[in-house]
Amino acid sequence: MSVSFLISQAKNIQIVIDENAAEIEALDQNIGDGDHIFNVQRGLKLVVELENDIKNLPLQKGLNMIAMKVLSGIGGSSGALFGTFFMSMAKTPDLDKNIDFNKACEMVITGINAMKERGKADVGEKTMMDVLIPVSEKLNELKSSNANMKEGLSEIIKIAEDRMLSTKDMLATKGRASFLGERAKGHIDPGARSSQLIIDTICKSLINK
Amino acid sequence: MKKFINNVDDFLKESLNGFGKAHNDIIKVNFEPNFISRKTKTKEGKVSLVSGGGSGHEPMHGGFVGHGMLDAACPGFVFSAPTPDQMQAAAEHVDSGAGVLFIVKNYSGDIMNFQMGAEMYSGKNDSIITNDDVAVEDSTFTTGRRGVAATVLVEKIVGSLAENGGSLEECKKLGEKVNKNSGTMGVAFTSCTVPAAGKPTFDIGNDEMEFGVGIHGEPGRKREKIQPSKIIVNNMLEAIIDDLKPQKNEKTLLFVNGMGGTPLTELYLVYDNACEILKSKGIEITRSLVGNYCTSLEMQGASITLLKCDEEILKNWDAPVHTAAMRWGM
Repeated sequence: MSVSFLISQAKNIQIVIDENAAEIEALDQNIGDGDHIFNVQRGLKLVVELENDIKNLPLQKGLNMIAMKVLSGIGGSSGALFGTFFMSMAKTPDLDKNIDFNKACEMVITGINAMKERGKADVGEKTMMDVLIPVSEKLNELKSSNANMKEGLSEIIKIAEDRMLSTKDMLATKGRASFLGERAKGHIDPGARSSQLIIDTICKSLINK
Repeated sequence: MKKFINNVDDFLKESLNGFGKAHNDIIKVNFEPNFISRKTKTKEGKVSLVSGGGSGHEPMHGGFVGHGMLDAACPGFVFSAPTPDQMQAAAEHVDSGAGVLFIVKNYSGDIMNFQMGAEMYSGKNDSIITNDDVAVEDSTFTTGRRGVAATVLVEKIVGSLAENGGSLEECKKLGEKVNKNSGTMGVAFTSCTVPAAGKPTFDIGNDEMEFGVGIHGEPGRKREKIQPSKIIVNNMLEAIIDDLKPQKNEKTLLFVNGMGGTPLTELYLVYDNACEILKSKGIEITRSLVGNYCTSLEMQGASITLLKCDEEILKNWDAPVHTAAMRWGM
């Protein structure tokens, strides 16, 4: 993993999110207030625009600059959560050494744990954490085994999709959808959908590398 | 979308610019990071009050910056919580050494961003979280009740105590008391349109209303057919009274708040209906506030807030205030 890897992923994700923007916005209007997609799009645009400022920086510095940009440029729950993600990734030890697959897993796990802590949300609450926590658990399993990386990534794609779909029948207990009670049932959580698209894009690009 | 707008990306900036120019006798607007502060420096020893939230609720919170109320307000994008660097910069700008009290509405995004801002701010600080909305059940299984219109009352009443030398602990305690003694219920007849979205946040029939709506047009308790005002007001007050359980003859402040698209003519009609209903229940109204204070862009609708008042609350409510949106006694 390097700063240029992060930027190229952000560009890939931007395309996929833009393609699915109308769907995510509609999901949010069902159970939220419709700001999620704009926050995610604004964040991706800001990260992509950072390219020239950070492409030659060491990973830790680059991550910190992305974190500050995301934290100060997005707002809402997404800004705080994704900002926390990058900030914590930057705190993973030994980032100045070569980042192999295991180390990259460790970074993502650290980031997701910090999001969980910040948002105080766990699995089953109809939020993006319904996708991210199981993905983090799978990464933890892959990291300590000698499993085939590409097979592992395919499994992650499947987990993310299943967990995203599972938010449909949940009652929300966190975030703005929680104010709806029973009326939130029957709608996929927009944060779970955007997170699943992000994971799907990254995993597919790694598999096809 | 029909709005006074030039281009979506400049919407907030141009609005803040105008606010700064219109009220340059009392406030100034700082950009990047965005915050509104009083024109004058916080006097030494005075606790600073910093609030904020998504834009689109004007005059909340920028309109409450000034003598007797807030020291600074941090506006986020429309309906999106402001970012931690805004709160950090605002706190650094206004703190005179007596500490900063953050006033935060209970929405996940606001809570997280204010928490991070407070962690990044090195000075003494504490927070109050408002959650007056009785439309949402407060239980361990939800994010809890939303912070809505009573936030205005908290900012006014705590602002007065801070102005008169209250300590950080005393200000927090009074703020929590006001919040605990308030209940709010909102109703919407139409949706609002977020500029970035360009279309209404929710669909609602011509003969329908959303009972228990939040301040972002997020759905509430239930969708109902529209009814005569007296019935709507009665249902709103019953929900509040069920929750707040005021004693017979207890003194209250009655606050009828417009959501942005309902004329004052109707808000006063709501106030009249509410007075009659409260009178029949033996609840005494000793103070009033009617107007657009905590809005949801152009949404048609209103909220009613009832605040149970003791002497401390009344004294601080009556104290002088001079802000863009609220001014009396000076």
